[in-house]
Amino acid sequence: MIIDNSSEILAVKNLTANVGETPILKGMNLEVKAGEIHAIMGPNGSGKSTFSKVLAGHPAYEVTGGDIQFQGQNLLELEPEERARSGIFLAFQYPLEIPGVSNLDFLRVAYNSKRKHLGEEELDAFDFDELIQERLDVVKMDASFLSRSVNEGFSGGEKKRNEILQMALLEPKLAILDETDSGLDIDALRIVAGGVNQLSTAENAIVVITHYQRLLDYIIPDYIHVMANGRIIRTGGKELALALEDRGYDWVLEEAAAGAGS
Amino acid sequence: MSIQVSLPSEMTLTASEKRSAYLANLLKLAQSSPANLPWLNELRDHAALRVQEQAFPTQRDEEWRFTDLSTLLQTPLEAVTPQQVSAAAIAPFVLPEASQLVFVDGIYAPELSNTANLPETLRVGNLAALERYSDRLQPYLGKQPGAEEVFTALNTAGLTDAAVVWVPKGVAIDTPIHLLFLATATSATLIQPRVLVVAETNSAVTLIEDYGAIGTGAYLTNAVTEIWIADNAEVNHTRVQRDGHHAFHIGKTAVSQARTSRYTCNAVSLGAKLSRHHLEIYQTGAQTETTLNGLTLLHGEQIGDTHSTIALTQPHGTTRQLHKCIVDDKGHAVFNGKVFVPQAAQMTDAGQLNRNLLLSPKARIDTKPQLEIVADNVKCTHGATVGQLEADEVFYLQSRGIDAADARQLLVYAFAYEVIEKIAIASLRRTLSDLVQCRSMAVRN
Repeated sequence: MIIDNSSEILAVKNLTANVGETPILKGMNLEVKAGEIHAIMGPNGSGKSTFSKVLAGHPAYEVTGGDIQFQGQNLLELEPEERARSGIFLAFQYPLEIPGVSNLDFLRVAYNSKRKHLGEEELDAFDFDELIQERLDVVKMDASFLSRSVNEGFSGGEKKRNEILQMALLEPKLAILDETDSGLDIDALRIVAGGVNQLSTAENAIVVITHYQRLLDYIIPDYIHVMANGRIIRTGGKELALALEDRGYDWVLEEAAAGAGS
Repeated sequence: MSIQVSLPSEMTLTASEKRSAYLANLLKLAQSSPANLPWLNELRDHAALRVQEQAFPTQRDEEWRFTDLSTLLQTPLEAVTPQQVSAAAIAPFVLPEASQLVFVDGIYAPELSNTANLPETLRVGNLAALERYSDRLQPYLGKQPGAEEVFTALNTAGLTDAAVVWVPKGVAIDTPIHLLFLATATSATLIQPRVLVVAETNSAVTLIEDYGAIGTGAYLTNAVTEIWIADNAEVNHTRVQRDGHHAFHIGKTAVSQARTSRYTCNAVSLGAKLSRHHLEIYQTGAQTETTLNGLTLLHGEQIGDTHSTIALTQPHGTTRQLHKCIVDDKGHAVFNGKVFVPQAAQMTDAGQLNRNLLLSPKARIDTKPQLEIVADNVKCTHGATVGQLEADEVFYLQSRGIDAADARQLLVYAFAYEVIEKIAIASLRRTLSDLVQCRSMAVRN
């Protein structure tokens, strides 16, 4: 929801970033305020996933210019784990499998690292168990998933639900969902989207990165941005998604090119 | 004319003469303790001849190509003098679920052993205590193929006693049997543990063979374990090598598997300055199942070598092997996994996987899967991977607020746990998990 005078969560200015020698982000600008849901769409290779990884601090991406302010602090100065503890959450397109580490232990370690950061007491296994049981409902996950190794042998849908479970637990200020809808059947998509909607509040913000309109039927964005060639070339309301679904990206690219030429 | 004869002094010995002298001294040490039972003498004498016929291995021998024993050659060894060890000193090694036989510097310690929980029908003890069964033990002791190998023969040449586990026909033992071999490391000694396991038809037993140290000095453990598994019997074997940091460990496990028998070995090796484990499986009947899981964890300048041989000779055998190495600092791991599938071993299903994790630029792994397949109707797979911690894995954990060092520790632990979780004894699983976590705590960037 768009709220007048709500606080700024994220401000990205003129961001450029490379993978190796190759520039991927070429002047990215984005402002996100509390309460808002933004969708970033765009053709393959436009830099959407790179943008999400740069926000989370992936070491393979080198920021070459620009600035990212997150709740008034310089995000680029923080290590990935510090970003996470400060309230950035990236739901991965391909969540990793970690054989040998139980999901429950992983979630507890992650949760407690945030509590520690906030100067709060760490939860013991018993109290944590109670908390996690309650959060399982958000993504309609069975408790049996907790005793299994992190994502090991999970189906695509189960992995994505596990991501949203982590989001439910860590209660981020800014959640970035990187193609969370990819590989989901319609039932899993409803559950995942339902979970995200439950977690959306007036105090936090969500950036949804997606190829398809489909997810945006369930998570209704306040803004839709179209990315191409490493930057946002058009921003509109939720109706923009329908136009993209009908007409593809070409017309946006052409209009942007014409605009740049005039 | 007079002929001058000069004895070679230490200074003028060639490398080869030094090796011969070292081996001769090992044999002398082995023979210095007399056999407790007269019938062992023939076995000992025969083995001593085998040692004398052979040379101390060098890297020119294919079997020792990657493992340099020269540090052992620089370590003069002496004979064991019996040491007293208190129950308190061995407490950290005790597994509450298990019955235990304890050997201190290779010598049976009845006061530290406890076999009260085992059924009467089972014959568990040291060789001397089982003297009345000598006739039945003789066909098995020292009779596995491969007994001629120089270190195996050296062990036999000094055979004074052994840990014996004899499981009679149809008996399945729930209580695991812990064979604990502790070195006091009070002086640089040659310690030669010996284990004989006979599982008769339709029997089942769980064993833990465990090498550890109370002290920190140098010594050489030269261990030999022989396991005979009769028709349809099952042996679940866990082998833990946690010898001291300055120790040398050379170990042999030789297993004969009769028809429809099942053998599982979970071998975890994390101790010793230089260690070698040679695991040999001899199939003597059809339709056997063999599962070998191995974990080698090395840091500092440790060398850890695992050689395995699975010699199939009969149809319908199934073998599954997973060997993992985690190598940090300047550690050096060696893996050589041989599987022989001759014409007669049709319908064999053999799988081998060796996965290695290198944690530092100077860590090294030599891996050599070696499948020799003649039979034409078989399913055999093998693979070896060498890698580092994936940046993406570390990042995934970091993105959940876990700092980089903890993330690496968690991932190393997870890599190791795939083997540890297969160990049936909960307390040992915990102990090994803790040891692995302590090790991986030190993992740096």
